[in-house]
Amino acid sequence: MGAVLQEEFRPQLSLIHGIKAGLPIAIGYTPVAFTYGLLAKAAGLSLWETIAMSMFVFAGASQYIALSMLAAQTGAIEILITTFIMNIRHLLMSASLNERAEHDKPWIKAVYAFMVTDESFSVAATRNEEKLSSHFLLGLGFIGYCSWVVFSGIGYITGAGLPEVVQNSMGIALYAMFIGLLVPAAKKSRKVIILASTAALLNIAFSQYEPLSGGWGIILSTILSAAGVELILGEEKAHA
Amino acid sequence: MPDSLIWLILGMGMATYLPRMLPLVWLRTDGLNPKLQGMLKNVPYAILGALIFPGVLTIKEDNLLFGAAGAAVAFLAAWIGFNVILVVVCSILALVFGSFIL
Repeated sequence: MGAVLQEEFRPQLSLIHGIKAGLPIAIGYTPVAFTYGLLAKAAGLSLWETIAMSMFVFAGASQYIALSMLAAQTGAIEILITTFIMNIRHLLMSASLNERAEHDKPWIKAVYAFMVTDESFSVAATRNEEKLSSHFLLGLGFIGYCSWVVFSGIGYITGAGLPEVVQNSMGIALYAMFIGLLVPAAKKSRKVIILASTAALLNIAFSQYEPLSGGWGIILSTILSAAGVELILGEEKAHA
Repeated sequence: MPDSLIWLILGMGMATYLPRMLPLVWLRTDGLNPKLQGMLKNVPYAILGALIFPGVLTIKEDNLLFGAAGAAVAFLAAWIGFNVILVVVCSILALVFGSFIL
């Protein structure tokens, strides 16, 4: 009986697992969304425009840049192109996530795909489970999304900045989360250490060169590291 | 603000949604070259490195050490084996207290 049960039993991650795993993301988005709300007000957007942008665009850096481009009277086409370039990296993440996501109906994948961000991808991709359920990915994306939209609005309404110490200190949140996700994997695998440090060094170098700062630097350093390390180290396993 | 802003927002929404959606909905990797599959599996760890650096050093303007200190606390907390939430909370608190003391 035990054997049969084990065969049947696939630990399916639930919506609740996803929401729990997404909590650090929701915390980390708070100061970023709050500041976006403030800046949107200063740029002359209405409350609804501010919230609509967070609801439909859901991309921090792109929204900040759109605000400064609007303030500088930049044309819509340029803003759209910049937005697209800054988010091309999500192609890589979605392709990588596709390897791990459970097989499901296209429309369900199309729904949680909307909530793929640097942060939700990082949390999902460093899970130990071989396959990730759609429920988990929905919950994971949703909690961050709620935080993003709600705190954009709160930032706009309160209209005052957080105390500087809090603002600066909370700025570490998302990076601390990335480190918290990376270190356990790095402790188990030399390949992980090499992958991460190669990409980090490349991205530091690229950031010194203006045309590669922003979206392209992250894409290039990720591709070069992921491909280069695979060609050199080959079969060595990076995942648990 | 012009009426066109809502159209711009929807356009930006498309520009961010397409790269997120297309590979998940359309990509079939079952028959993909194992080398390429291996590279895709490397992406998470490579991208984490690129997301952390140099960004973490820029959280406070003109003070690399502030971000570096936060990163060091996060690294230590993660190394000890704290879960991600605790790692995040520890590094925020460390920076808040650090700012008051120094």
